[in-house]
Amino acid sequence: MLGYYVDLAWRSLKRTPILTALMVLAIGLGIGASMTMITVLHVMSGDPAPGLSSKLFVPMLDPRPVLEPGEKQYGINGTPDGFTWPDALNLLQASRADRQVVMAQGVVSVRPRRADLHPFFVHSEYATSQFFAMFGVPFRAGGGWTAGQDRERARVVVLNSKLDHKLFGNATGIGRTVRLHNTDFRVIGVLDDWNPQPIFYHQARHGVYGERDQVFMPLQTAMELKYPINGHFSCWGDGNDSYESPDCTWAQFWVELDDPVKVLAYQRFLDGYLGAQHAHGRFPRDARPRLFGMMDWLMHEDLIPGNLKMQMWLAIGFLIVCMLSVVALLLAKFLRRSGEISVRRALGARRRDIFTQFGIESAAIGAAGGLLGLAVAELGLWSVRHGPGGYATLATMDLPMVVGTVVLAIVASLLAGLLPAWRACLVQPALQLKVQ
Amino acid sequence: MMEVQPILATLRHHKLIAALLALLVALTCGIVCNVAFMIQRQAALVRLPSGVAENELVTIESVSLGHDRNAVVQHKADLAALRALPEVRNAAVVAGLPLSGSGWSMGVPTGPESESPVDASAYYGSPGELATLGLKLVAGRDFRADEYVPLDRSHGVAGLDRVPAAIITRALAERLWPGQNPLGKAIYPGKGAARIVGVVDRLLRPNADSGSDNYLSMLLPMLPNDRDVTYVLRTAPQDRARVLKQASAALSRLDDDRVLMNKQTFSQMRAAYFQSNHRMIGLLLASALGLLFVAALGITGLANFWVQQRTRSIGIRRALGATRGNILNYFQTENFLIVTVGVVLGVLLAIGLNLLLMSHYQLPRLPLWYLPVGAIALWVLGQLAVLAPALRASHVPPVVATRSV
Repeated sequence: MLGYYVDLAWRSLKRTPILTALMVLAIGLGIGASMTMITVLHVMSGDPAPGLSSKLFVPMLDPRPVLEPGEKQYGINGTPDGFTWPDALNLLQASRADRQVVMAQGVVSVRPRRADLHPFFVHSEYATSQFFAMFGVPFRAGGGWTAGQDRERARVVVLNSKLDHKLFGNATGIGRTVRLHNTDFRVIGVLDDWNPQPIFYHQARHGVYGERDQVFMPLQTAMELKYPINGHFSCWGDGNDSYESPDCTWAQFWVELDDPVKVLAYQRFLDGYLGAQHAHGRFPRDARPRLFGMMDWLMHEDLIPGNLKMQMWLAIGFLIVCMLSVVALLLAKFLRRSGEISVRRALGARRRDIFTQFGIESAAIGAAGGLLGLAVAELGLWSVRHGPGGYATLATMDLPMVVGTVVLAIVASLLAGLLPAWRACLVQPALQLKVQ
Repeated sequence: MMEVQPILATLRHHKLIAALLALLVALTCGIVCNVAFMIQRQAALVRLPSGVAENELVTIESVSLGHDRNAVVQHKADLAALRALPEVRNAAVVAGLPLSGSGWSMGVPTGPESESPVDASAYYGSPGELATLGLKLVAGRDFRADEYVPLDRSHGVAGLDRVPAAIITRALAERLWPGQNPLGKAIYPGKGAARIVGVVDRLLRPNADSGSDNYLSMLLPMLPNDRDVTYVLRTAPQDRARVLKQASAALSRLDDDRVLMNKQTFSQMRAAYFQSNHRMIGLLLASALGLLFVAALGITGLANFWVQQRTRSIGIRRALGATRGNILNYFQTENFLIVTVGVVLGVLLAIGLNLLLMSHYQLPRLPLWYLPVGAIALWVLGQLAVLAPALRASHVPPVVATRSV
C-alpha cells in the first residue's frame, strides 16, 4: 500500500511541477536559513573539552563591597570578573582540589633574533604549574613548569607549535631563549596542536573563539615583570590598584574535582574559607561561594553574542512564514483534487487512507525541501566562514546536523500537511460526485 | 468599489483559508516592519561621516619596544622622515582616530569644581593634526605652537592638568553651551582651564554607535609621548597604497625595534569597523525580501485555489450579467479585506515584537510611521499576488455555468 501512495504522490507532484517547485523552494529557504543559524549556535556552544568538562569547576567568591543604591554593578552577570590575588593564592596553597590553577591572559611582544623577522605581538597565557595537566594540554616536546618554578618566578616559557615553527623552523626551540618584551626566557616546552573552541579558560563576558595563546609562562613571573593583563580588572575602595591588592578582581581560579563527593567537600571548604575571611572583616556581601561546573560556567558567561541569537530568531520567524505559505499551497493542491478524493472514497478508501496518502505526499515535498535546505545552509555557512568573528571558521555542519536538517524539513512539512490532509479526508464521497 | 456584503457571506464559508491568509499577512507584516527598522538603523550607522578627509588618509600604528628612547624625540624624527616622502602632503602623530575602535573619553566640566554634563572623546596629536586630518574649522583657529604641552604619560597624564586650549566639535559646543558662542569659554578636562579656541564641524568618536553622542569629541594640544602611537599621512587618493608601503619601510629603517600594525587606509579602517554591520544589513535585507516573496507565494497559491474552486459560480455570475471587471474587482476586494485583517493583527504584532526587542537588545521604540508604510506594502503585495489568479477568474466564460465540468 505504501508503495502505491508513494507512486500516487509522485504522479501528483509531477502533474503540477511549478506548484511543487514553489513549495520545495519555500521549505528549502526556510530550513536553510534556520539551519545555518542553528548550526552556528550549535558549534559555538559545543563542549570544548570533552571528557574533562565534567571534572572542571569554577569557584566564585564575591569580595566586593555592598552595592550602594544607584551604583552600577560590574562583573559577569552578577558574579565578579574573577578572584583577587590574595584569595586565589590562599585557595591555591590550600590545595584542596585534585588540581587547581590561577591564570590570566595578556599580550607580549616577541623580539626575534633572526634578522628577517620584525618584532610582533602574540597572545600570552599566564598560569600556575598545573595548567597543562588539568586541561589535558598535549606537548610535542618538553613539558610545563613546576610549582617550584612558579615560586621562583622562573623565566621559562612554553610555546605553541605555530610560534615555535615561526621562530625556530623545523628544529624545536627547547633549551633556546626567546626575548619577550625586555626579558629573555628559556623555552622548556612546545605544544602539540591544541585549540579548544570556545577558548573556555579565558576570562570573558562572551565566548572567546579563534586562535589566541601562543606563549605560556608562570603567572608569578608575569606579575613580577608587570606584564599587562588583558581583560577585566575591577577595583574598589581607596587601596592601590596593583595585582596583589585584596580589592581588585582579575585572576581566574579553576579547580579539578574528580567525583561528586569531592565537589560537595570543596563547596564546604569554600564556605569555611568565607567564614574565616569574615573574621578579617572581608566579604561584606556575605554571598555564599558558588561552584560552577564548566559547562554551567560557560552558560553563565553567555557565550552567544546577542546579535547571533537575534539572527536565529529571525531565521525561525522566516521558517514559520515559509511553512504557513506551504500550508496554503498544500491546501490548494489537496482540495483541488476533491474529485479524485471522492472517487477514491466512493471506491472504498477509508479516511485514514486518504490521510496517509496526503501525509506521504507532504513528506515527499519535505524531503525535497530538506535537500534544498541543506544546499542553502551550506551556502549560508560558507558566507559565515568568510565573515567576521572568531567563531567563523567553526561554522561547518557535522553529520548529525545534516541528518537533522532533512528530518526537520520532513517534520515541518508533515506538520504543514496535517491541516490540508485533514481537510482532504473530510471530503464527502457522494456529495462531490453529485456536484460533478 | 463593489458590495462588500456578498464577499463577507462567501468568506464565512471559508473561514479556515481566510484565517490562514490573514495569519500569513500578519506574521509577515510584524516581522518585516521590525526588520526594516533595523536595516534603517544599521544603514544610518555605517553612513556616519567621520569629519576627516577619508579618501586621502593612511595610518600606521607603531609600538616602540626599546624602552630607553625618548618617545617625543623619536616621533619628531619619524615625522621628519615621513614628510620627506615624495607623495606625502602632511603627516602627524596622533593618539586615537575616529572609527579606530579604541580611544580615550572623559568628562568635560565647564567649571573647576562642577560635574560634567557629558562624556566626550579626547583626541591629541602633534602640531598639524587638524590640517592632516582635514577637519573643517567653522569658528576660531588651530592651536598655536606654544600651546602644546607634553602628555606626560609617565606621571599619570599630568599634561591634562596643564593643557591651555581645546578645539571642540559643534555638537559638543551645542551640548555644553546651547545657543551660545563657545569661543573663549573654558572646559576643565584636568585641574586647569582649557579655553575653547576653535570649533570644528564634525569629528566622529572612536566608537560610533547607534546613539546620539557620536560627535561629542575634542582636540587637545598635547604631544603624545606614548610608545603606542598612530602616524597619519595625507596624500592623494590614488597614491595611498604606495605611500603606505614607503612609509612602513621608512619607519622600519629608522628603528626596527618596534611593531608596526594596522597599516591601512582610512577607508579600510572604516570598512573593518563596520564589517559586521554591513553583513547584518545584507542579512536583514535578504530575510525581508525572502519573507515578502514567500508570503506572496502563499497568497497567490490560495487565490489560485479559490478561483479554481469557484469556476462554476464565476460562470453563473457571468451568465447573470456580471462583467469581467466585476469578477476581477470581486477577487481584489476579497483579498483587500483579508489582508486588512492581517495588517491590523500585523501592526499589533510589530509593536509586540518591537517591545520584545527593546527589552532584549536595547533597540529603541519603532517609529510609528513604519506601521502605515508596512501596511501599504502588504496591501500592494496582496493585490499584486492576487492579480494573476483574479485575471484568470475574469476570463472564465459564462458558458461554464451550463457545463457540467
